Amino acid sequence: MLGFAGRRLLYLVPVLIAVTLLTFLIAALLPGDLAIALLADEATPEKVAALRHEMGFDEPLAWQYLHWLGSALAGDFGRSFRTGEMVLSAILQRLPVTLELMLFAQLIALAIGVPLGILCAVRNGGAFDRLMTAIAFGKLSLPAYMLAIVLIYVFSVRLKLLPATGYVPLNEDIVGNLRSFVLPAVTLGFGEWPVLMRVLRSDMIATLQEDYIAMARAKGLRPWRILLVHALKPSSLTLVTVTGIGIGRLIGGAVLVETIFALPGIGRLLIGAINARDFAIMQGVVLFVATGFVLVNFVVDVLYGVLDPRIRHGRS
Amino acid sequence: MPARRGRLIFWLAVGWIVVVGSAAIAADWLPLASPSDMDLLARRAGPSADHWLGADALGRDILSRLVFGARISLTVGLVAPLLGLVIGGTLGMLAGYFRGLFETLVVGGIDVLLAFPPLVLALAITTYLGQSVLNITITLGVLSIPALTRVARAATLTFAEREFVTAARALGASHGRILMRELLPNIALPLIAFFLLAVAVIIVVEGALSFLGLGVPPPAPSWGGMIAEGRDSLDTAPSIAFLPASTMFLTVLAFNMVGDRLRALTDPRPGAS
Repeated sequence: MLGFAGRRLLYLVPVLIAVTLLTFLIAALLPGDLAIALLADEATPEKVAALRHEMGFDEPLAWQYLHWLGSALAGDFGRSFRTGEMVLSAILQRLPVTLELMLFAQLIALAIGVPLGILCAVRNGGAFDRLMTAIAFGKLSLPAYMLAIVLIYVFSVRLKLLPATGYVPLNEDIVGNLRSFVLPAVTLGFGEWPVLMRVLRSDMIATLQEDYIAMARAKGLRPWRILLVHALKPSSLTLVTVTGIGIGRLIGGAVLVETIFALPGIGRLLIGAINARDFAIMQGVVLFVATGFVLVNFVVDVLYGVLDPRIRHGRS
Repeated sequence: MPARRGRLIFWLAVGWIVVVGSAAIAADWLPLASPSDMDLLARRAGPSADHWLGADALGRDILSRLVFGARISLTVGLVAPLLGLVIGGTLGMLAGYFRGLFETLVVGGIDVLLAFPPLVLALAITTYLGQSVLNITITLGVLSIPALTRVARAATLTFAEREFVTAARALGASHGRILMRELLPNIALPLIAFFLLAVAVIIVVEGALSFLGLGVPPPAPSWGGMIAEGRDSLDTAPSIAFLPASTMFLTVLAFNMVGDRLRALTDPRPGAS
């Protein structure tokens, strides 16, 4: 068991290094000179040279990378050129908002996807099943920003039930906080539920054909008990994996949703930094997000190995 | 009966793609108003003789902007995955055929690229490279390489062990010949099916970039940008946002359907369609 996790860990390190390298290179290979851009009107050759020396641009690329990586590992992601605040603190300040959004979104996706998946598996091939499959398919074509517009139109403009933008911090007003998350979380979660439903449906169809289900039915157990207690757990393997992978997609989707609904999370931080050409924050956020993504996938992989011994011991 | 209905929808999807594609290609010759002409008297106007689908908040003709916007969406949507298809398909096929160290490198490289949430990476790259159709196409093309490499590799792995490949090798065929004559025709269909699905995804991603204002630079109309602009007029003229949204939705849906139908043709598993 430890051998499996250990092997995945060994695989993780090169991937993380490659990720940091790629993030660094994207910035370092910038066409045009950052120093000149920063100094703008005051750019004289001497000042540019001085700034480049101060920022370490005149050192060899490899050294710059190691320097940057070293600082990053120590928690120093640099400083925002605009606001002067430390990048890491800017990220950590906004992280809770994004996490809350992602949590709600995933919960909504599960709340919709799991029951529908079970129903479809039970009524496999029926009209309901086909309808759900068609809807899930159509949903693939409806990206988050489109859905957001529709939801805003219906719930904010027409019905005036929910706020179109704006965020209320948790410690100020819990109800307001939840209200400000409803539309964004639904938008984001709506993108995820078709996948969860389809995956659970396939697995459950297979499980329901197993002998022990027939045995349970023969014993006279009630259908709900069979479904939820005996059939759901073995079928949830792929569901767990897909949920974990979905987190990565949620991160990308969060960027859009936070911008649309004006939630002060990491996504919006990134977009703001991009618009203001604040490369320190950009790099910091990309690194942070990518590393988190890799780590989450790693955990999911290990978890998958824990749950299914066949994966652990390699392919047959 | 369901089979007949399924076929009708399939051909409707194909027809829609043809219509949008032709309109995009022929945009300059169609009797449309200029997409950037601001008719200030017709701001947020509904459909009329001058503006068949109405005008947006700045008085620009929506229909014409939809058609010219189609150009961007379809160009990026088709060329970017094509890049992914050529590069990714080749890499995947070679990796699946030769195996060994090369395959490990390719798979590792893919995993690194996939380690980034795609939208974040696209944003980062286009920021550094600058916004232009070319840069966005290249960026999204690069992002589509991993998926297509995986499909190509998986398909190649399936076919590489089959008898006709062994037979060709026994007959003394070179690697190149086996790859081109035996393997490529067989993996072409699943690759093309996936390519069409990738087109749908890329159109959506390009729309997302434009929606955020980080896609193709402003004067050029794009569906995503139109949706973003329409957001301000939701209370007075919701069609400004909904018309481009519906157009994009139908186009993406059409590509998804065609791609999925092709994929179902190649997938022998029951219940896969």
